[in-house]
Amino acid sequence: MAINIILLIALLLASLWTVMTIRLIRSVVGLAITSAILSIIMFKLDAPLAAVFELSVCAGLISVIFVTTISFTQRLTQERLKLRRKERMGKFWYLPLIICTAAILLSFWRPSLNFQFPAPLKETDARNILWNMRHLDLLGQVIVLLAGAFGVVILFKEEKR
Amino acid sequence: MNPELMRMFWPFAVFVIFLFIMGTYCIMATFNLIRALIGVEILVKAATLLILLVGHVSGNGALAQTFVITLIVIEVVLMVVAGGVVLCLFRHNRTIDTRKLNNLKG
Repeated sequence: MAINIILLIALLLASLWTVMTIRLIRSVVGLAITSAILSIIMFKLDAPLAAVFELSVCAGLISVIFVTTISFTQRLTQERLKLRRKERMGKFWYLPLIICTAAILLSFWRPSLNFQFPAPLKETDARNILWNMRHLDLLGQVIVLLAGAFGVVILFKEEKR
Repeated sequence: MNPELMRMFWPFAVFVIFLFIMGTYCIMATFNLIRALIGVEILVKAATLLILLVGHVSGNGALAQTFVITLIVIEVVLMVVAGGVVLCLFRHNRTIDTRKLNNLKG
């Protein structure tokens, strides 16, 4: 349990850095670290397949997408960075305060956790569930991927001359 | 229900709440579109952790994994399309500051 708490605190710190840092590139690096820590937590929660997806897709692919988007948009000059720093410190110092307040409030709250979950499935292999029981999910994923691909094609369509 | 698993639920749930607060705050406090997308990412990570946690506690970990895989695919498509929209907006307006994106105003 102690290792879980350490990992959760690391996850919290990484995401706090992601939100509070000024430069967008550092923010994206923080997001990748958050994803990597989350994938370790997934391994600890006996979800290795989801953890591999999280590590390769969220920590890898999404970071590349963000870096590409940032590199195509405007770069911050030193003067604008100074201005931005002042503006951000005014806005974002509330966040650690809100987190601390929420932590204090939640430490006093002791909810009764007697949930009624449905009976566990007999099948315990995620691959069998995905391919045999929830194959319509796969169809949905294919449709979503196609919709995304067509969306990007339409977004960057050049006008005919 | 395994009491040991139920005991581990509450600390994880507290950190999920913290992630939700951070994601929501990031979206609300920023005017930069890319940072707003990063806030959405943090919210999705909180949802991912919650799904896996409930699956683990309820004994349906494998089913939760399939949901998470679907969620990750949707997340990637969302980020690619949203990144494309941000690039198009930058191409037309030379800014991604939401205060200056007022072409459709009125």
